[in-house]
Amino acid sequence: MSTFVLLLMTGLALAAMYFLLAAGLSLIFGLMDVLNFAHGAFFTWGAYAAWWTIGLVSPGLVASTGAFLLAIVVATVVVGLMAAAVEAGLLRRLYNRHIYQVLVTLGIGLALSQLTSVIWQADARPFPQPAWLSATSTVLGATVPNNRFLLIGAAVVVLGGMLLFLRRTRYGLIVRAGSENRDMVRALGIDVDRAFTVVFALGGALAGLGGVFGAAYFGSINPNFGTVNLIFAFIVVVIGGLGSVTGSALAAVVIGLAQQFGNYYTTWAGDFVVVLLLAVVLLVRPGGLMGRTR
Amino acid sequence: MNDGARLRPMLPVIILVLLLALPLITLPVPVLFDGPINSPGNLQLLAAGFAFGIAALGYNLLFGYTGVLSFGHALFFGAGVYLPTIALREWGWALVPAVVFALAGGTLLAAAVGALSLRTHGVYFAMVTLAFAQAGYVLAGKNVGGLTGGEEGISLPFRQLPAWMVGVINTHNLYWLAVATLILVYLAALRLVTSPMGRVWQGIRENERRVELLGLRPYGFKLLAFVISGAFASVAGVVYLFLVGGANPRSVGADLTVALLLMVIIGGVGSLWGPIAGAVLYHYLNVRLTVWAASPAVADLPAIIGQPLRDPLFIFGLIFVLLVLFFPRGLAGALAGSRLQAVRRALGGRPRQLSQPGHIE
Repeated sequence: MSTFVLLLMTGLALAAMYFLLAAGLSLIFGLMDVLNFAHGAFFTWGAYAAWWTIGLVSPGLVASTGAFLLAIVVATVVVGLMAAAVEAGLLRRLYNRHIYQVLVTLGIGLALSQLTSVIWQADARPFPQPAWLSATSTVLGATVPNNRFLLIGAAVVVLGGMLLFLRRTRYGLIVRAGSENRDMVRALGIDVDRAFTVVFALGGALAGLGGVFGAAYFGSINPNFGTVNLIFAFIVVVIGGLGSVTGSALAAVVIGLAQQFGNYYTTWAGDFVVVLLLAVVLLVRPGGLMGRTR
Repeated sequence: MNDGARLRPMLPVIILVLLLALPLITLPVPVLFDGPINSPGNLQLLAAGFAFGIAALGYNLLFGYTGVLSFGHALFFGAGVYLPTIALREWGWALVPAVVFALAGGTLLAAAVGALSLRTHGVYFAMVTLAFAQAGYVLAGKNVGGLTGGEEGISLPFRQLPAWMVGVINTHNLYWLAVATLILVYLAALRLVTSPMGRVWQGIRENERRVELLGLRPYGFKLLAFVISGAFASVAGVVYLFLVGGANPRSVGADLTVALLLMVIIGGVGSLWGPIAGAVLYHYLNVRLTVWAASPAVADLPAIIGQPLRDPLFIFGLIFVLLVLFFPRGLAGALAGSRLQAVRRALGGRPRQLSQPGHIE
């Protein structure tokens, strides 16, 4: 029983991390039709920005709570700005040439990920977190690290926030309308280009946030940190249905749990099942679980 | 008419003779290569570049000519690397059956993956192929069935190989093998893209719906492009295997597919020789940049310049972005178009329609 609970909580935390990555990817794809390969690099940068902030404010192996909270803010803002710069500086030049936009994000992802290795070397770095976060709590007889709960809580908050953003705000309306028919929205006199930048920055900020929590989850960071998780985030987005935030949340839970339980029983089954799941879902339901078909 | 124009038709022949004669030339090329050009290290560097060239050429048939973007191509390269090694090591097969097994296996795998994946389009297709390749990567990396050696990989059993393939002194034989294979594959590709089927591929790239309206089924043509390009990747994998003497999971990973994509973009989408040049250049820089970074001349540079040089992938990322923005047709495009056009493109004009690998949809 305790093993089951531990696997369940860890699987859900993994799902939460995938969701934080996938939510931004899905939002960006929904509006812009661009599968953002730089998202993994944004995730890595979120982790490194947080690590750098913590190292500056409270050096040592255990971070103060204040430093950790500050790190979350810094990571989110820095990566959000980085994403805005990428969109406005590079992607904007290639509008309506989606394949080239994808290729550019691929190149940016490569360069940005490696930039962390250029600046801070390629070695893995331990990620300091507050003592209460790396401590454990006992739930139904299972000893679960606290950062699992934080990660799950953050994902739930982000999911709620995004649904509110999409359904209740003017920008959310533009994003939803733009996903349906971009040209019509533009014809109505709305500045879709600015919405692109905002959505891309928002997606980047979410990836940055995910990077901080991901770093706490794994306990250490390295330059390939984001790219490794990006593949699973892609799988989540595509299974959930590109452009559907609730679909991503649902798929993240399925993938996180399948991977965690599978890898517990054999070292490879979890990863293998997840990739096969993607192939099966796409072949049976090409639009994903909750995606629009086109 | 100047000398350059008269020399042009002769150029392929000159390059060919030069490539074949290279192992006999003892000339040192300072800075670019260590020691004489025909040292085993240099020959291996070039030959591995040619092996990637074969794979990039095949990838370009799919991406550049047919307009289909696959993210799972490393799977078939990996089949060419792993299958013969396993057949030789575990089952004690002879060399020729092992190679035939690898090529047949890689091609069949491509047929199966392609037949399933091509039922989806665009981004979804890219993701399904990525998923299949990732499944292969997991199987190889986690040592499923105890055949693949896990992260460490497995090495070729040299005792079962003919003597001419084994040992550093025989590197020139492997070099010739790589060049000969490259020439054969190039001629096959040339034949393919000028054939009626090749025309249909390019039609699909430009406008799939129109091809359909002409009464042709794009699915079959795309599948053939996928299978042929997968077969080329397997051939490349086998050649690469003999050069490096073993298999490891990096040969199946998504990083290799991205590298192939980079090679094609650097060399020129929709050109036959471009991706080969791109592959050789990529592999060369990948190896040499780290060597240069370790040299005293670079070590004395300030960290802000020296540090990025130690990270070839960082440089490739930047090159990639700049190429996609300014020279979407890569080396081949930059040489083919007049200089004026390149400048015009750089200033923000749209490239010629032909330069695009179609709208992938």
